[in-house]
Amino acid sequence: MSYVQGATGEWEVVIGLEVHAQVVSQAKLFSGAATVFGSEPNSQVSLVDAAFPGMLPVINRVCIEQAVRTGLGLKAQINLFSVFDRKNYFYADLPAGYQISQFTQPIVGHGEIILDLPDGSTRTVGITRLHLEQDAGKSLHDQHPSKTYVDLNRAGVALMEIVSEPDMRTAEEAAAYLRKLRAILRYLGSCDGNMEEGSMRADVNVSVRRPGGPLGTRTETKNVNSIRYVQQAIEFEVERQIEVLEGGGTIKQETRLWDTVKHVTRSMRSKEEAHDYRYFPDPDLLPLQLDQGWVDAIAATLPELPDDKKARFQEQYKLSLYDAGVLVADQASADYYEAVARGRDPKLAANWVIVELFGALNRLGKDIADSPVSADKLGGLIDLIVDNTISGRIAKDVFLAMLETGKSAADLVEERGLRQVTDTGAIDQAIDQVLAANPDKLAEYKAGKEKLFGFFIGQIMKMTQGKANPALVNELLTRKLQA
Amino acid sequence: MSELTQLTLAAALKGLDRGDFTAAELTESHIAAVAAARPLNAFITETFDRARQQATASDARRVQGTAGPLDGAPLAIKDLFCTEGVQTTAGSAILKGFVPTYESTVTARLFRDGAVMLGKANLDEFAMGSSNITSHYGPVISPWTGKAPADAVRKLVPGGSSGGSAAAVAARCALGATGTDTGGSIRQPAAFTGIVGLKPTYGRCSRWGIIAFASSLDQAGPMTRTVEDAAIMLRSMAGYDPKDSTSVDRPVPDYAAALTGDIRGLRVGIPAEYRVDGTDPEIAALWQQGIDWLRAAGAEPVDIHLPHTKYALPTYYIVAPAECSSNLSRYDGVRFGVRVPGDSLAEMYENTRAAGFGAEVRRRILIGTYVLSAGYYDAYYLKAQKVRTRIAEDFRRAFEQCDVILTPTAPSAAFAIGERMDDPVTMYLNDVFTVPASLAGLPGLSVPAGLSSKALPLGLQLIGRPFDEETLIRVGGVLETAAGFHTRPPFIAGEV
Amino acid sequence: MSLDKATVAKIAHLARIKVPEADQDHLAQELSAILAFVAQLDEVDTEGVAPMTSVVEHALRWRDDVIDDGGNVERVVSNAPEQVAGFYVVPKVVE
Repeated sequence: MSYVQGATGEWEVVIGLEVHAQVVSQAKLFSGAATVFGSEPNSQVSLVDAAFPGMLPVINRVCIEQAVRTGLGLKAQINLFSVFDRKNYFYADLPAGYQISQFTQPIVGHGEIILDLPDGSTRTVGITRLHLEQDAGKSLHDQHPSKTYVDLNRAGVALMEIVSEPDMRTAEEAAAYLRKLRAILRYLGSCDGNMEEGSMRADVNVSVRRPGGPLGTRTETKNVNSIRYVQQAIEFEVERQIEVLEGGGTIKQETRLWDTVKHVTRSMRSKEEAHDYRYFPDPDLLPLQLDQGWVDAIAATLPELPDDKKARFQEQYKLSLYDAGVLVADQASADYYEAVARGRDPKLAANWVIVELFGALNRLGKDIADSPVSADKLGGLIDLIVDNTISGRIAKDVFLAMLETGKSAADLVEERGLRQVTDTGAIDQAIDQVLAANPDKLAEYKAGKEKLFGFFIGQIMKMTQGKANPALVNELLTRKLQA
Repeated sequence: MSELTQLTLAAALKGLDRGDFTAAELTESHIAAVAAARPLNAFITETFDRARQQATASDARRVQGTAGPLDGAPLAIKDLFCTEGVQTTAGSAILKGFVPTYESTVTARLFRDGAVMLGKANLDEFAMGSSNITSHYGPVISPWTGKAPADAVRKLVPGGSSGGSAAAVAARCALGATGTDTGGSIRQPAAFTGIVGLKPTYGRCSRWGIIAFASSLDQAGPMTRTVEDAAIMLRSMAGYDPKDSTSVDRPVPDYAAALTGDIRGLRVGIPAEYRVDGTDPEIAALWQQGIDWLRAAGAEPVDIHLPHTKYALPTYYIVAPAECSSNLSRYDGVRFGVRVPGDSLAEMYENTRAAGFGAEVRRRILIGTYVLSAGYYDAYYLKAQKVRTRIAEDFRRAFEQCDVILTPTAPSAAFAIGERMDDPVTMYLNDVFTVPASLAGLPGLSVPAGLSSKALPLGLQLIGRPFDEETLIRVGGVLETAAGFHTRPPFIAGEV
Repeated sequence: MSLDKATVAKIAHLARIKVPEADQDHLAQELSAILAFVAQLDEVDTEGVAPMTSVVEHALRWRDDVIDDGGNVERVVSNAPEQVAGFYVVPKVVE
């Protein structure tokens, strides 16, 4: 257990996360308006979303399916009977004056997520529940000195609120939780996990206590929209809370805001007053009842998820835990790798994908989906190494050329004459020339200065423009020097 | 006065079919009647131009042979139904000037079938009331005045909340009207004004586009001068709507065909618990008369028990305000309706809602907010929903012994505007006979059955099994014939 | 159960309805009378009774995931008391 050292002793940090994940669907949870991001204000608003008089909600089938898929992906209890409640409060971007949510009877109950920590260890974090609810609209406070502008495009979009148990103890664990959750959501296709666009946001609950002592008062920092900010917000809160407590103060249970400019959390004025949400079952909707057969049918379509895939990669391809973990971090990487590894040396394939490809994509700032080199072409390159057409060193050059041109390895090797020289006659000839040109070095070698072997190899490779098969050069040179 | 406004809806439709008169003529007569009846304040918005256009279009359809079942029939539409391009207020100041860009499903169906809209009928604000005195647009005055000379100058309430609809139909301004009923808002005003009012089973008519009061109770229905007319209108209004999750997908029968007049062997439940204290003896007598009429027609009266009847009103006065407190949150001065400025968002809300809502609406929102608030939810709202289950069970058990239930519609005849206003609870007692069926979602039909000693109409209520409106209509027809209620109110549009 | 002035003020704020202090006493009395009336429900034995969730006995129907609404800014802002460039406008909110 990692504790934080304060001025008066050690502190244990307790972290729970509430993630709002926007459901991937064409239309909103209870209306037929579109969900796409970044449209003109109020252009994706139905009369239902704007809560016009007499408007009624009708639930979107796909949103239910996505919630169930996600629940199954989190190995959670699927509740065949759940209820939509109204959460009542007034706010400019909440048109009806209530949010349709699920309070006492959510669609998904207990589940779990296994965190992959940087040191290769894992840790299980409990999922308390997952429920469906409507997103609110957007208030713009910076458009006018005395006015707030309201855009309801996001109002009514389906969200899954995924609540963790307070099982995390460090900012790194919280980050690992979010990474893993995002990976699972993306594998399932139930949320795009795009935190920058706000389709995945985290409310961060943090408290500190003396190790083993009673839970401290927690603060909730709302709507943090990147993993890095979540870590920073936790670190800031931990430091702040310890300082307050060690200074003899008490922590106020409150809602805070992450200031992305100053990198601090601060108390949210609009949330200062105590809320009384007056939850009650929405009389416009009946309880949501699912059929076990229908749930089973969804379960049957679930993709292989990261944990299973990682285990399989270790087993099937004999990859290290680390390599397998890196490759399964997202579905596209895993698929890419498997396409490369098919019928090839899996370790060599892993090495090329992780070291060369991921390195290059990182430099280029590109996603695997936009990789200039397809899995097929990378496979072609590896084939040329394996069949000795080119050396591993030449292959790296070829790979760089492939990134630039998008051409196949075979074409580039042909075009640029990079084919490895395996003709022993040609290599012998090069050896003879090098030895003839360096009689003094040859004499020194024969006098016992054996490290000159490397010098000869370098000269020979230079002479053959690197195309000579290194193993062959080695063998022939050895033979010649011993002769 | 025009002969045409004296027709029943059924007779008018036959006349149009025969070519005795045109929809344009029928509509003009009714427009004149609406104008003549302005002292009743039955309408908030008159839509005469639109009515004339609809009538002209209707006549054209009739020539082409494409006329619908209600083609050319001038109706009043309760101003709780959103009507595209026509101001819709719910009787509230907060919606003054609100012009929906959409048409409620029920009115859309009526127009699909050819109905003509004369205007938007006055109502209690957000349908909360039993007297139509809570409307921001002024009270509706009943066309009935009572017998005594002193009473003749008294202005009586038409009942509520569908008071404008009831007054318009009773005073012969419209062949029929739409109403909505949450705890009795169709049946009680129908009884007070001597007309027929039918609240269908919850889920029978779509609620889409009807301004919500209490979502689990609200239901639209017809208000007409005969049972047959109610049957005709309901056929057009009813039906499944994919836009309302609580509407039920089952076929809509030809309700008028249920008017066979044959109720032999039918078991009519008489609930002992409806003999409540404070009921007018005349009403008790009329109830007995109703039982006798049905027995004479071959039905079999059966004593039944609905033990939780007395708890229906208190249950209703928790559930309905709770739902309304949430339903009315959307009236916040942001997207539609009236705004009263404030320095902050919260102040703008508070000013807008204080000025925009009348006293009764504010009271119900506050009660509803209270019963849902932390610490009180279980004691009030949850308890009420459990009692509601009990009430529904009472009915289910009763319907094992009988096919239909007969009760009075209201515990008294109409009262004067200004009476019973001091104490909200006394006012609530008006709904004592209508609320139980509402809580159970059952259909209820009020049929005018006689006059009080003060010459005011009294109604009897029939309560049926879920989706068995046909039995209500069948029995209602028999009751109507037996009662022979043909008394017209002293105020008939165009006659005064 | 009777309500006091302070409770009236609290629920009035929750419901965002301004109630002048002068009206709070009167309103407290009215609301208390209603609460006294509904208190009769305490007499009913509801042990083991499920609360009514819907009088309609049918399953919740689902819509298909199809975009068939929205795309009409005018339709949703035309009734707004204040609007600018397709936005609804309200007094400034400080978060």
